[in-house]
Amino acid sequence: MKRKVLAYPYIVWMVLFIVIPMFFILYYAVNVNGQFTVTKFWQTLKDASKWGILWRSVVISLKTTAICLLLGYPIAYILSNMKRSVAGFISVLFFVPMWMNFVLRTYAWHAILEYALPQLSDFLGLEGSVLMVLVYDFLPFMILPLYNTLSKLDRSLLEASRDLGANSVTTFFRVVLPLSVPGIVSGVTMVFIPAITAFTVPVLIGHGKYHLYGMEIEQAFKLLSGQGDYAVGSTLSIILLISVLVSTVIMNHFDKDQQTGGQMW
Amino acid sequence: MVKKAGKSLKYVYLGLMLFFLYIPIIYLIVFSFNNFGTGRRVSYTNIGAWKGFTLSNYSNIFTGEAGKALLLTLEIAAISSVAATVIGTAAAIGIYAMKKGPRNVILNVSQLPMVNPDLVTGITFMMLFAFVNSLLAKLNIGQIGDIPKLVIAHVTFSIPYVIFSVMPRLRQSSGMLYEAAMDLGCSPTKALMKVVIPDIMPGISSGFIMALTMSLDDFVVSYFVSDLSSVLSVYIYSSARGTKGVNPALATVIFIPLVTLLLIVNLRRLSKEREYEIQSKKVKMKDKGGNTK
Repeated sequence: MKRKVLAYPYIVWMVLFIVIPMFFILYYAVNVNGQFTVTKFWQTLKDASKWGILWRSVVISLKTTAICLLLGYPIAYILSNMKRSVAGFISVLFFVPMWMNFVLRTYAWHAILEYALPQLSDFLGLEGSVLMVLVYDFLPFMILPLYNTLSKLDRSLLEASRDLGANSVTTFFRVVLPLSVPGIVSGVTMVFIPAITAFTVPVLIGHGKYHLYGMEIEQAFKLLSGQGDYAVGSTLSIILLISVLVSTVIMNHFDKDQQTGGQMW
Repeated sequence: MVKKAGKSLKYVYLGLMLFFLYIPIIYLIVFSFNNFGTGRRVSYTNIGAWKGFTLSNYSNIFTGEAGKALLLTLEIAAISSVAATVIGTAAAIGIYAMKKGPRNVILNVSQLPMVNPDLVTGITFMMLFAFVNSLLAKLNIGQIGDIPKLVIAHVTFSIPYVIFSVMPRLRQSSGMLYEAAMDLGCSPTKALMKVVIPDIMPGISSGFIMALTMSLDDFVVSYFVSDLSSVLSVYIYSSARGTKGVNPALATVIFIPLVTLLLIVNLRRLSKEREYEIQSKKVKMKDKGGNTK
């Protein structure tokens, strides 16, 4: 028996459940009730409100990513400078929420904003509340890669920088920050793309009134009692896939050394 | 003085951030002891007003819809992570033995489920099953149920994680081992079982744990794939949108085992690291002739 044979079951599985399903998006975008038609496809493409929602989702995802980076970088930096035994314990506390059920965490904020602190919800408004919960949900995903990169940083480089006369601010901006770019890139990827597609947050926090792109896709498929409008949903998904692809390419451009995908752990 | 102030400022910042991260979880845990009424008319929606202490929310978890969903979650996670580990490990060994061309093609396709947004993965599965079920309906053979659908979907998004955690192990271990075992009289199967698999075991087990957590954690894919009965996160989502709300005791049931597990794993790793630190310090002391601070 050749070892190659061992991969055959997986190859069959891969073709059946990874490759073929991808084509269904294309198929259903131009197929209504078994009939080939591009009218729905064009209608959806030309629908300006959908593009407006996509733009709004991109903007709120960018805001989420920026806030997560601003809040998360200091956390990762402080943790990476702590004694390892202490940092290990505290970092676990920061990563626990990552494993905690995403929907339940979002629901918890829904309950707090609704029943315990309606003042906060009034103060933040619909968009502010959605933004805060998005930041809450994704913050650990920003801290993890930053912490991994920063704690592997070669300390002797920092000492060298100090020896050569740089103060701590210069050392940070000229040495630490450039060296942590891989962590920043993978943190941004782990926050930005899931934030565009998150639909639990606009549904549970925005009460379905604050439309974001992921929610738009969900509703296209799920709203009509299980039937859904496959043509509209598929077209929206194609646009989403292309946007994600473009942003991945842009982000990989910033970090050429990193291998593509699969490096997040 | 300034340095000390800076240090305490750091701790204040970390404390505030931890507070932000834990406030919703603590909130749910506190209200899991709240009395929401009894019987069929129990409603968890008004979780802001304290109406007295009770433990009945905990006994309610394991009955009814929530109990079923919890059980199904564990079932799907167990089946799919074992299946993904077996298929994925075999695949990794096979792919590793291939020529560069086909190997790269397969590895690139395998990355699709990791790179694709969950939403798209969920939708593609929903369409695939809808298509297959409509074919089956025409042929009058019956339908694919929720459980097989969930298992197929979970296995598919877990396999790549198994492959990509076994692969580095295979690269680290010597390719000669397999041939050496056969030269010494092992059959290929025996060589795999007795030599290759034990050698890559750490990769297999970390792949298994990854597959398990991916499955336990999944919401989006399961939400699109299943129709009638589904996993816990889908149950939480639909009851959060419904009129009855979510039983906050679920937070405790998920949170406590999770923290315990992570702390145990981490403490074990920490104690190993500590040991390593002490040992390397000893070596340093020897090197520098006891010249440490």
